[in-house]
Order: sequence, then structure tokens, then C-alpha cells
Amino acid sequence: MARVMQTTLPAARRDRLRGRPRPAGSAWRVRGSLPRTLYVAVACAGFATLLGLWWGLSASGAVNPLFLPTPPQVVERCVEWYRDGSLLADTRISVLRVVGGFVISTAMAVPLGLYIGAFRPVQAFFEPLVEFARYLPAVAFVPLVLLWVGIGEGSKITIIWIGTFFQQVLLIAEDVRRVPQAQIEAAQTMGASGGEILQRVLFKSALPAIVDTLRITLGWAWTYLVVAELVASNSGLGFAILQAQRFLQTGKILVGILMIGAIGLATDQVMRLIHRLAFPWLHGR
Amino acid sequence: MIVDAPATKIRITALSKTFGAAGTGVRALEGIDLTVRENEFLALVGASGCGKSTLLRILAGLEAPSAGEVQVDERPVTGPGADRAVVFQDYSLFPWLTVLENIRFCRGLRAHRGAGTTAEAASAVDRSYALLELMGLEASRDRYPNQLSGGMRQRVAIARALMSRPEVLLMDEPFGALDAQTREVMHDLILYLFEVERTTIVFVTHDVEEAVYLADRVVVLAPHPGRIDSTHAIELPPPLERNQEIKLSAPFIAQKRAILDRIRATSSVQRDLETVRRLARLGKVTGRAAAAG
Repeated sequence: MARVMQTTLPAARRDRLRGRPRPAGSAWRVRGSLPRTLYVAVACAGFATLLGLWWGLSASGAVNPLFLPTPPQVVERCVEWYRDGSLLADTRISVLRVVGGFVISTAMAVPLGLYIGAFRPVQAFFEPLVEFARYLPAVAFVPLVLLWVGIGEGSKITIIWIGTFFQQVLLIAEDVRRVPQAQIEAAQTMGASGGEILQRVLFKSALPAIVDTLRITLGWAWTYLVVAELVASNSGLGFAILQAQRFLQTGKILVGILMIGAIGLATDQVMRLIHRLAFPWLHGR
Repeated sequence: MIVDAPATKIRITALSKTFGAAGTGVRALEGIDLTVRENEFLALVGASGCGKSTLLRILAGLEAPSAGEVQVDERPVTGPGADRAVVFQDYSLFPWLTVLENIRFCRGLRAHRGAGTTAEAASAVDRSYALLELMGLEASRDRYPNQLSGGMRQRVAIARALMSRPEVLLMDEPFGALDAQTREVMHDLILYLFEVERTTIVFVTHDVEEAVYLADRVVVLAPHPGRIDSTHAIELPPPLERNQEIKLSAPFIAQKRAILDRIRATSSVQRDLETVRRLARLGKVTGRAAAAG
């Protein structure tokens, strides 16, 4: 009898424990913690899994290598592209276009977003307008942009601008609106003017959120860069991808895509680092 | 012998505040007449919904009255101004500034730069250090608000408000989020400050003991619509002679009870024992049903 009790108890206990909150320190607790090194290891495992699946699929022969080359073949392509000198040139021109379009867009979106978030009349005037413009498909503007701006660098930068500016304005305005009212009122009761509140409270308080917004919209700038280069260019990574498609060089297409992915990941990490260094007050404790 | 009557600092006349459309809106305050003397410590208490915080916000100029007028030093209040500093309940510190930078924030504003002589700037620097010392914040001067405890944050908020030498200090439940022990420490600190700074304080709280301990006069507001129910002059030793022991003395308890009675009389909360018993019976029945099921 006692033995039976013993064998049944753990099961009952297990049932009772199922669904209970996990102990503190457990990585699987909701919002639990994971040591830095383990985090990096798991992140690498994610990439390794993707690479493994790709490798397995392409090496198994189940897919025609013409459509999906193996990773070594892609690396080979990459070296080839680098050797003939155009990989770096294509990357350089693409990065310059993204930076150009993104910087112009940001320089316009930050002040406008700040004013929309701060002043109701400005919001009433611009926000519905921007909201409307946001839904206009940037891609569909390509023919118009070519007619208006021509086929020079201006057209690529304009398309990137159309794709990022309107999104940025709305997101930044929202960042500014999320500044706690108590901070604004505290400044008001100390005699701060509207301009001073804008500069010394709203901007400073919303800055970390704005930097995050920029980090995310930078990804969109890359998307529209490729759009611009696919249709209206004779240089850059997007153009190279299109060219490769014409000659069925799937390896080169993958190199181009992975290159953009790698640049995106790198800039993202840099912006996260900037965030950590520039806002010690957020990460303090 | 002629004794000068203390000067009037704040004069509130026939003040009303309605939120929403007139007629259908919520009448937060109605027909408030109140004067606060120079260097008086006035506490506003009342049941929730009595509009005590709204009244304070109107004094600060953060809210406009629907009718009536507020004057500070004979000048009508039309908006927020540096002569009336406010200490909010929480989250009003600037998290991106250190403790010292928060306290000195007002120095960067045009309203305080004025003719800014070197001597003035130097005295402001001295004042910020003096406030830092007074508040026991020297060791934390370079820390950020999110590295501080709630009590320390409120001490920074008070120092920041005092930095501009305000005519009036308005406090909106400043210790509402603090634990009881920290709150007692803050009370004695406030009494000390009040004595040192010689300012006029209007203090909103829901804690009657706090109000009696700190204030010269306690005004009870009644809700729906918010109006003045009664005014209680507090008969206690002068601020610096008060200590926590006083809270156990008979006069203190009697004054606290008188004010609490007024608040109870004006609140609409039911203290009907029969209702409570019915609730308890219901709880037992559902408990048994659950056990059976």
C-alpha cells in the first residue's frame, strides 16, 4: 500500500506543478534571464540552423542546383565577384544611396515629427496628410520619379525618401506623444516656454525612442534601395541582383541578398551600441 | 499696539470647474472661496472625487477655471509660472538628467536667466549645493532618477521645486507612493524646510494624519460637486517642535478625528454592516458550491 502511494505521488505532484510559474532564474520563465554568452550561442545556433537547412537541401539533390546552389558555391561566387572588383564598388554605391536617402529623410522627419507630437494645430495640418501619403505605394512612384528627377542618383534617393520619410514622421510623432505629461507640466511650472519644452524636454525625453525608430526605418530604406536599383539603375547591389537573374546566376543573387542582410545586421548592432552608450540613464542601475 | 494681519498670498474667488460640456459635464469644483495667508501651510483633504487635485492644478495654472478667479500676490493666475512651483506625485523628474542637473534645470530656462549677473549665477550654484545637502542627496548627485528609491526621487523633486525660490509651493500628494516609514522621514524634512524657506505651501493629500501633522490649517472638500465643507485650524506646537510622538497626543487625535468625521460624512461609501454580512454569506455559498463541484 505504502509503495503504491510512493509511486503515484510523484505523478500527482507533477500534475500539480504543471502550469505553475517557473522558479526565479529559469530561462524559460516569462521574461526570464539568459546569460550573455548563452544568448550569443543560441543566436549563432539560429544562423547555423538556417545554414544547415540550406546546405542539406541543396546538397541532397532534391532541388536543382541551378535554382539553389550550395553554400560553398555561393562563397565561390562571392570571391569571384570580389575579385573582378565590382562587389565592393556595388556595395559602396548602394550604401551611399541608402545613407543619402536616409539622412535627408531623417533630417526632415525629426523636426516635423517633433512639432506634430507637440502642437495640435501642426498635428491637424500634417498628420492626416502624412497618413494618406504613407499609403501611396512608393514603388508606384518610380515611373513618376524617373520623369521628374531623371535617372541620376537623385531618383534613387527620392524613392528611398518616399519609402521612409512618411513612416518616420508618424512614428517619431508618436514617440514624442508618449513623453509623460508630468515631465511637460513640471517644466511648465518652472516657467519653461513652448520652445524650451520642445528642446529641453520633449526632444530629450523622446530621443531614445526616436533612435529606435531610426534603427527600424533604416531597414525600410534598404528595401526601397533595392526597389530603386532594380528598376532605375546600372550599378549597386540591387542592379547586380537583377543582372544575375538575367543570366540565371542564382549564386550571385544569393550573395547580393546576403550582403544586404549582413550590412543590415551590422548597422543594427552599431545602432544598438549607440543606444546603450548614448543613454546611460535608461540602462543604469 | 497694532498687530499686522498676515498678508494674503493666494485669493480664490467664486471658483468653479466643469469638465466636459457645461450642463452635462462633471462639476469638479463649485463656488470655491478661499484665501491662503503668506507663509501659511494649508492642506487640502477630502474623499476621492472632491476635486482637491483639480484645485491645486488650477492654482498651478495647469488647468483653467470655468468660472471665478485665482490671484497670487494680487495678480490673476493665467497659466503656469515660476512663482508657483509644483511637486507632483511621481514620474515628473527628468530621467535623462542627473540629480544635480534635475535640481538646476530651471537655471537653463529663459525665465530664470534674466539679467543673470555672475554673482547671481554663483549664488544659484551655492543654492543647488545647499539644497542637495539639505535633502541628503550629496552622495547621489551624479546618479540618474531610475537609480534612486521613491523617497529619494521625491526629495529631488522637492529640491528642484525650491531651486527657483517660488512664492508658493504646491504639492500634489507628493508622498502618496511612498511607504509609511519613508513618509514620516519626509514629513519632518518638509516641516524643517517650511521653517527654513519661509514659503507658502498648499498640500493636497488623502492622508488626514499627514495633513494634521504638517499643516497650519486643513480644508476639507466635499465631493459631487467639489466644494469646501469645513476649515480646521490646527492647534499644535510650531513646526520645528513637532515630532512623531505628537501623533499619539490627545489634541492631535481629536483634531484628526474631527476631520475624518467630516470626510466620512461627505463620502458616499456605504458602511452598512448588513451589506457586508450579505457579501460574506454569498462568498461562503459559492465556496461550498465550488468544493461540491
